[in-house]
Amino acid sequence: MQKLLETLLIGVSTGSIYALMSLALVLVWRSTRVVNFAQAGQAMLSTYIGFEIASRSEIFWLGLACAITAGALLGAGVDFFFMRVLFKHAVSGPAVVVAPVIATLGLLGLIRSIVGLIWGGEFKSIEAPASKDGFTIGQTTIPFSALNLLIITTVSLILITLAIIFQRTNLGLSLRASAYAPEIAQLAGIKTGRTRTIGWAIAGGVGGVAGMLVTSYNFLSPYSLDLLLVFGFIAAVIGGLESMVGSVIGALTLGIGLTFILNYVGTSLVFIGGFAVLVVVLLLKPDGIMARGKVRRA
Amino acid sequence: MRKKIAFFILLGWLLLFIGDRVDELRVYQGAQIAMYTIALASIVLLTGYSGQVSLGNGAMMAVGGYAAALTLNKLGSPIWFAFLMAVFFSALFGALLGTAAARLSGPYLAGTTLALAVGLPEIANQFAFLGGVPGILFDVGFPPARFGEEFTQYKWFFWIATFLALLSLFITSNILQSRFGRTWSAIRSNSLAAELSGIHSSRMKILAFTISSALAGLAGAVLAMTISLVAPGAYTLTLSFALVTGAVLAGVSSLPGVALGALILVAIPEIADVLANSWGGGENFSNYLPGLIVSLLLILSVIFTPNGPGENLRKHRHNKASED
Amino acid sequence: MSGLQVRALSVSHGAIQALRGVSFSVEVGELAAVIGSNGAGKTTLLRALSGLNRPSSGSAQWNECEMLGERPDALVRRGISHVSEGKSVIPELSVKENLVLGGIWRSNKGDTNAAIAEVVELFPILGQRMSQSADTLSGGERQMLAIGRALVSRPKLLLLDEPSLGLAPLIIEQIFATIDQLRRKLGLTVVLVEQNAMSALEIADTGIIINLGEVVAFGKASELIDDPALRAAYLGY
Repeated sequence: MQKLLETLLIGVSTGSIYALMSLALVLVWRSTRVVNFAQAGQAMLSTYIGFEIASRSEIFWLGLACAITAGALLGAGVDFFFMRVLFKHAVSGPAVVVAPVIATLGLLGLIRSIVGLIWGGEFKSIEAPASKDGFTIGQTTIPFSALNLLIITTVSLILITLAIIFQRTNLGLSLRASAYAPEIAQLAGIKTGRTRTIGWAIAGGVGGVAGMLVTSYNFLSPYSLDLLLVFGFIAAVIGGLESMVGSVIGALTLGIGLTFILNYVGTSLVFIGGFAVLVVVLLLKPDGIMARGKVRRA
Repeated sequence: MRKKIAFFILLGWLLLFIGDRVDELRVYQGAQIAMYTIALASIVLLTGYSGQVSLGNGAMMAVGGYAAALTLNKLGSPIWFAFLMAVFFSALFGALLGTAAARLSGPYLAGTTLALAVGLPEIANQFAFLGGVPGILFDVGFPPARFGEEFTQYKWFFWIATFLALLSLFITSNILQSRFGRTWSAIRSNSLAAELSGIHSSRMKILAFTISSALAGLAGAVLAMTISLVAPGAYTLTLSFALVTGAVLAGVSSLPGVALGALILVAIPEIADVLANSWGGGENFSNYLPGLIVSLLLILSVIFTPNGPGENLRKHRHNKASED
Repeated sequence: MSGLQVRALSVSHGAIQALRGVSFSVEVGELAAVIGSNGAGKTTLLRALSGLNRPSSGSAQWNECEMLGERPDALVRRGISHVSEGKSVIPELSVKENLVLGGIWRSNKGDTNAAIAEVVELFPILGQRMSQSADTLSGGERQMLAIGRALVSRPKLLLLDEPSLGLAPLIIEQIFATIDQLRRKLGLTVVLVEQNAMSALEIADTGIIINLGEVVAFGKASELIDDPALRAAYLGY
């Protein structure tokens, strides 16, 4: 019983970070119809910047704030300078389907190389803002730590903030309208290009938070966020790339599921488990669990 | 057909002739180029022809490499059998992956294969018989004595690799020019129209995955031969990226282009090294500069020559013709 | 000259010329019906006027200000609103949100709220369904919502693309009556694209008949209705 509870709690903590990544991916997919694989690269660069600030100032939260800002600027930059150029040029031939995917992958590699050039490949670590020791209740210590709690709290705050922005502000309405029906949004007077860039900026900022949170209990290297990208993607797909709520649910489910496999079966199967989930979901419900009747494929 | 056979035989002799005249390093790189040629051919078939963007070919190379090494070590079989097993097992995995992937497209397919590419090294780490992080030795042994003492091991690698590369290119070229190749192109351009013309899309896509993985597996075994080792570190995500890059650079649907692409892929680390040394950068430079150049080239080529440099050349000629 | 002046407007989709040298004028406060069969180029015309498509040549001026080449969001701010084909309503949003969308470009929320109140007066049924999701509305209600949203931006020139599409005949009557009413009440200039030629010409001042991308007839709506040749060719009887 205790193990079950532990697994659940850790699962939620892990899953909540995946939720940020999957949310960022869905945000960009909804507004631009592109899966931004470079999201991991953006998050990585933002995290390295956050790491620099955090180590020098020894204040994690300052680093986090910088990571968010850097992420937002990067996201806006990638959309404005990169994606627009891409769509202008790749308009015909077998490349149309292939180009955006390869381009964002290329961007991922590019950012990773730049990060490696500047910071090198050695593992770096950030001083965590909370204790990693498990809570002690009476005689027993559970693996759920103050840090885990902090992560869940931070993510929840961000999700609530985003929900408020999207549901209750004009900006949020513009973002949603531009994503659901770009032409109608244009005809309503919305500057859809600018709105889309803002969407990318938000996604970038969110990715920065994800990177910083992962790094708070893990090491940082040019490759350390690859798994985050993969699991974030899987979570987004489970939720059906169209729904932000779905991606959060998918992420939590994935986090809990993977932690279960970790605790009850053994480490070797964690990744295979995740991969199997992905394949099964895509085979059964290619539009994700949350998808309604409308089929919107790649 | 006969012309083609003659061409390949001639090419083979030419390459072997060159191989005799250059130094060890170049011979070794020659083997690498041959390896990449096979690997890039797998991408051309899968992405260029059947239109499926997959990042999993690096993982398929790993399957081939491990299959070959295990066959050689555990069964003590001759080398050619090891390579055959590499092809067989990777084809098998390819068919499995293809079955799952046939219904996916675009980012879903790319993401799934990305997951595979990131995770496969993990699997190798976990199972003892796969040798873990340090990997398994793959020793094809020394060249036969009758080639004389001058015939080094690297030359032997070069001969085997080149032979396999030429063989693969020959077979692949025939497949692509047959109705299979045409069918894949049809599916890629307009899968709905293809279905309506009676083409069984899923089956053809799975076939593409199978053959592509077989090629990749062979390339993986050749890679293992050149470094005498199979280990997870040899088949990383970076490798999959490099393959896609090489293919896009040389024209993703152009089979002849794979030689150029392979050459570029081998040349880049060299160039990067030279640059790094002349700029006096540290270890970081030499580690990450090749990746930087590769990624930059990929981005530039996908933006400006999304269908390969051939397309721009054709467009240019077309424009000139219409001006006259 | 004020009003809408369209001169030699041509639009190409790749190699195909969708519109060829289209010219007509609509005076301020008039309702012009643009009719023609499917594929005649009517929708392309509106899309060129509202900035969604780029024309290859020609000019279109609203109150002596050139419209072509402007982006859609700029034209909205100039008082030009386009209700596109197929009920331009966003089903995932609520009725209220759809209406708010019409005025989202304004910095003054007060004006938008006032405009929404006016629209609700015109279409009381919308007022009853404010918090419902737009996909729960019937066909006719959606059309009212679409027009309502356009009205929230307080346009001077209203471009309507086949508002009767997919609606039951009784509802179509109502819609046309409503369009006629509100354009008189608000002093709007309206360009109404329709396949339902009779009903459109009956409420129109001017008629423009387009076939295969060209204007084949242009004149007073009443005369067009009475012309037997035109009737046979385009109105079907």
